Amino acid sequence: MTAPPLAPTRTQRSAEMEIPMSANHKLISIEGIAKRYPSKGGAPLTIFEDVWLSIDRGEFVCIIGHSGCGKTTVLNILAGLDQPSSGVVIVDGKEISGPSLDRAVIFQGHALLPWMTVLGNVAYAVGARHPKWSRERVREHAMRFIELVGLTKSALRRPAELSGGMKQRVGIARALALEPKTLLMDEPFSALDALTRGTLQDEVRRICLDSDQTVMMITHDVDEAIYLADKIVLMTNGPQARFAEIVENTLPRERIRRDLHRLPGYYDIRNHLMDFLVTRSANFDDELDEGREWSARSVPRVRPAGCTASRFSASSPSVSTHPTKDESP
Amino acid sequence: MKASENLRAGVLSVALLAVLLTVWHLSTRGGAGAEGLDPEYAALMGAQVTQGTSAMPGPLDLAATLWEHLSDPFYDAGPNDKGIGLQLAYSLGRVLLGFTLALLVAVPLGFLIGMSPLISKALNPFIQIMKPISPLAWMPLALYTIRDSSASAIFVIFICSLWPMLMNTAFGVANVRQEWLNVARTLEIPPLKRAFTVILPAAAPTILTGMRISIGIAWLVIVAAEMLVGGTGIGYFVWNEWNNLSIVNVIVAILMIGLVGMLLDRLLAVCTRLVTFRE
Repeated sequence: MTAPPLAPTRTQRSAEMEIPMSANHKLISIEGIAKRYPSKGGAPLTIFEDVWLSIDRGEFVCIIGHSGCGKTTVLNILAGLDQPSSGVVIVDGKEISGPSLDRAVIFQGHALLPWMTVLGNVAYAVGARHPKWSRERVREHAMRFIELVGLTKSALRRPAELSGGMKQRVGIARALALEPKTLLMDEPFSALDALTRGTLQDEVRRICLDSDQTVMMITHDVDEAIYLADKIVLMTNGPQARFAEIVENTLPRERIRRDLHRLPGYYDIRNHLMDFLVTRSANFDDELDEGREWSARSVPRVRPAGCTASRFSASSPSVSTHPTKDESP
Repeated sequence: MKASENLRAGVLSVALLAVLLTVWHLSTRGGAGAEGLDPEYAALMGAQVTQGTSAMPGPLDLAATLWEHLSDPFYDAGPNDKGIGLQLAYSLGRVLLGFTLALLVAVPLGFLIGMSPLISKALNPFIQIMKPISPLAWMPLALYTIRDSSASAIFVIFICSLWPMLMNTAFGVANVRQEWLNVARTLEIPPLKRAFTVILPAAAPTILTGMRISIGIAWLVIVAAEMLVGGTGIGYFVWNEWNNLSIVNVIVAILMIGLVGMLLDRLLAVCTRLVTFRE
């Protein structure tokens, strides 16, 4: 465990008021990670390199990009399931060295253990988190989170008897029952039908807001990113993928899905994301060749809605104005 | 529709059995005996020539003998005269002992092979050479080293039940879904607990399938092994009755071997169903 080079310790933070807000709240810091695979031709295949990102406490960050760009690898490295070829990830002031109960993962394919019931699956996680708890206490705690996702009546059923949406709910309950510092989600809703996906997104958003959960989520669904995320990281196509921009979501924090498209700035963000996915994700290197200012260490932050308010007052919609420019100055 | 199909299959089975028994009965009924033989010559030649009966017993003889055996299966009147139930019990005991010993070796070793590609590669040549050896080929070696015929038979059962269980356990463990292992890793489950709570339940259906193959092979091999080592057991019984030229007893034994083998297979099939999970 090496000390972080940049992040101040907790005691320093409270004392030094002049530290900028973002540093004050920083929970996760990805510092120059790369992933390379050896290839037969000699030069290793670089999926991505020199990737930097920091995530604040209580922040909801989405990484959006095309399949195969390496976004799942970034998440797996964060989860500790995969090792970067170089670079480090620092969580809460410590370099991570493997998986941790503090970083719960919601898997794309729900990954429930099929020989256990719903309660068994959640209790298995709770028991791992609190090995000294009694059976009743573990059960009670697990049931609380099963209730949170609305599956109390199905607690004794096995995953095979559940619909896809219910299975993913169990996966969410299992992750939340750990009460982790960070929630990592790998396209958690991509295998669900649109209606179920919407309901689950609402629930996840409510739960994360209520508990001030720090979340990092992988998605390729633009609307999902806009609805859920505070910050949307745009990742270019691989190999040698980059974090091209960080889009700040300027929509009010108390947004409701059905009013989403009526909120000022919604279409600016959506168009920006779509433009990126359709063309710019493939041609971003050309933009750099044309002299665009970009640095891997501090990825440019963008407010497509042209809103001048800082991210921390983004909850007030009154400050957002209709944009004429694609990016903030 | 389904029920009527089962019913029709049952009727067909019974009909086939009836045809089989009739053909059997008719072909062993015997014809006219040779006429006008010299009485001394006739006495020498026996019933086959004088009365035209077949040496092969008919279904009615079999039924009578079967009833005789089953009405007193566990009597013990000395080394060469034991009830068929007792003989089957000896064979079953050897099979279960050899099979259990093999299980105790195969499952932990299979876990090791399944979890470590290094050990898997290192042991692979040995396994590949040992697996195709007929278990009976080990018999002389076992008799020489163990110096006990009964223990040698158990060893032969051990060695023949080992491979299917070993291969299936290794395969099942090596092919546990990565996402389940990832769940265990993110939950920081310690290795031993992970082996028992994730890998074992995930691989259990494959392991049980290996056990089912093993017990089938063991039951096949025990008959041959007991013919060689002698003394007790259903295999010995078959060979002894062949030496007595009692074909009807041999047929009774064949029938019982089939029945017990089927029961063993059913038993393992039920166990497999118990650990099988739907995804």
